[in-house]
Amino acid sequence: MNQVERSTVVGSQSVPQQHGKSSADRSEIHRKLLTPNKSHMFGDLSGRVITLLCAGLLIVVTLSITYFIASKGIATFAFDGVSLSEFLSSSKWDPEDEPAQFGAFSYILGSFIVTVIAALIAAPLGIGAAIFMTEIAPNFGKKVLKPVVELLVGIPSVVYGYVGLTLLVPLIRDSFNVLGFSLLAGGIVLSIMILPTVTSVATDAIETVSQDLRNASLALGATRWQTIWNVVLHSAMPGCLTAVVLGMARAFGEALAVQMVIGNTTKLPGSLLDPTSTLTSGITLNMGNTIPGTAYNNALWSMGLLLLIMSFLFIVLIRILGRKKMV
Amino acid sequence: MKDRLATVLLTLIAVIIIAILFGLLGFILKNGAAKLNWHFLTSPPDLLNPGGGIGPQLFNSFYLLFLTMAIALPIGLGAGIYMAEYAPDNKFTQFIRLSIEVLSSLPSIVVGLFGLLVFVNLTGWGYSIIAGAFALTVFNLPLLVRITEDAIRSVPRDQKEASYALGVTKWKTITTVILPAAIPGIITGAILASGRVFGEAAALLFTAGMSSPDLVYSNFDLNSPTSPLNVFRPAESLAVHIWKVNTEGLVPDARAVADGSAAVLVIAVLIFNIGARWFGRWLYRRMTSASAS
Repeated sequence: MNQVERSTVVGSQSVPQQHGKSSADRSEIHRKLLTPNKSHMFGDLSGRVITLLCAGLLIVVTLSITYFIASKGIATFAFDGVSLSEFLSSSKWDPEDEPAQFGAFSYILGSFIVTVIAALIAAPLGIGAAIFMTEIAPNFGKKVLKPVVELLVGIPSVVYGYVGLTLLVPLIRDSFNVLGFSLLAGGIVLSIMILPTVTSVATDAIETVSQDLRNASLALGATRWQTIWNVVLHSAMPGCLTAVVLGMARAFGEALAVQMVIGNTTKLPGSLLDPTSTLTSGITLNMGNTIPGTAYNNALWSMGLLLLIMSFLFIVLIRILGRKKMV
Repeated sequence: MKDRLATVLLTLIAVIIIAILFGLLGFILKNGAAKLNWHFLTSPPDLLNPGGGIGPQLFNSFYLLFLTMAIALPIGLGAGIYMAEYAPDNKFTQFIRLSIEVLSSLPSIVVGLFGLLVFVNLTGWGYSIIAGAFALTVFNLPLLVRITEDAIRSVPRDQKEASYALGVTKWKTITTVILPAAIPGIITGAILASGRVFGEAAALLFTAGMSSPDLVYSNFDLNSPTSPLNVFRPAESLAVHIWKVNTEGLVPDARAVADGSAAVLVIAVLIFNIGARWFGRWLYRRMTSASAS
């Protein structure tokens, strides 16, 4: 581009360097126009470098999180002689015993069950609300339901845990005559927490379905529900699944809200109404009370590493879903 | 018939969700209303007798928020500008995008664990506000980058090209043309992010700690452990306090303190949320002199 400018300028006049004194001013202007302003160039370059450093920092942070958590989490298996299969499949968790037992299966199972309960409740509600917002009452949806969902996102997780503890746990206790702290309580609290995530992502997915598809379906004589069920939901399916997986990822990693209502026992649960633990609740409760470097402490880091790996797996799943395109 | 049924069912779902929100807010505010007085908001907690307050916790929460935003906002802005304006379509950019995705879906307890390793132990700071602020920065950064990038991308192309046509360099264009136009979006997003930071607890348990020293508000010596501004002292935030009171429950009036704290936290988050909308709209009108919308 610079080259083109120069040649046109030169072309329109005689060669600038050979000008006499009379056109000194003009050649001065030429010179100024044609040589880059040093301070501007410097500002341009430094701006680019600074923003690049900021963006690069994201990579550094991600890599160092992976490195630090992994290096601590692997210690259980490398130094403390706990086998990976025992850690993942045994439900004997007794870190103070001689020899100490580090079977984290009940934690892992607890995490998966509460996540599944949360998804089972939040998926129909969230996708239903998304359909309502886009297909049935767009105006009401945009003016009332959307702000409501956004406010639900903003409510802190400890508040959900606290409400679960003071409202849900006694409710379950009274209606089923059990302890109240249970997988069910954890699942319900999580389902309300992930509901806004599922709703907003599913809404985005359904909104991108082309209006032509709807019109075509309606023109064929399909009712609104038939259109929603056969056409809209079908083509928004990957997006809706992504919404649910994102919600599950959030549920799996949520710590305090679950910890407050799950009961924190290390036994395998017999039913949904039994108390148990999750990976996150185990870490939350014990990380502060154990001595760094001991086998017990390292086992907690291994649980943290497991959370990290699960979070990676959820991302892989979301990426696979994102690549799928249904017509 | 089926169509009618489906409509009713879907409407019911919408009603349920609205009922959940108002039920939650009503429950929390009704329970906490009795505690919402000046004494509760300013006095320190009392471990032995009922009647303790949440003064230091409230202060810590705001101080943490301030420090977090002071660290995270410049980095988030820079990275957002890079992603929107400079990032070429190559492997490196894809890797940055992947990093943002990983960071934003990271469980906050894992961020807390990372903070414990790096900002608490490795740096030797111990449980401290500064460690908490860095952990919250990690937690908050991906969101801020996305907000900045989206806000910048929504600036009309014409404005940028008009600036280029005047011979302005790219960086000058960004700072004098694009950023001012993107500011309302960025500020709205940043206030919403502040609400998230304000309520975050899991990332703070093992970084800012679960205790707060007695604060002397007239003490401005930054090295003194009782100075509220000292960034190397442990600081229990309001959200952490709610968790601690509920799980340990050593305080005699634990339930009442938890009720009051939850109400304060929810009110703060509501203010952030509604404030962000209102401020964003006001700023937009102010800067674009748009009378409609």
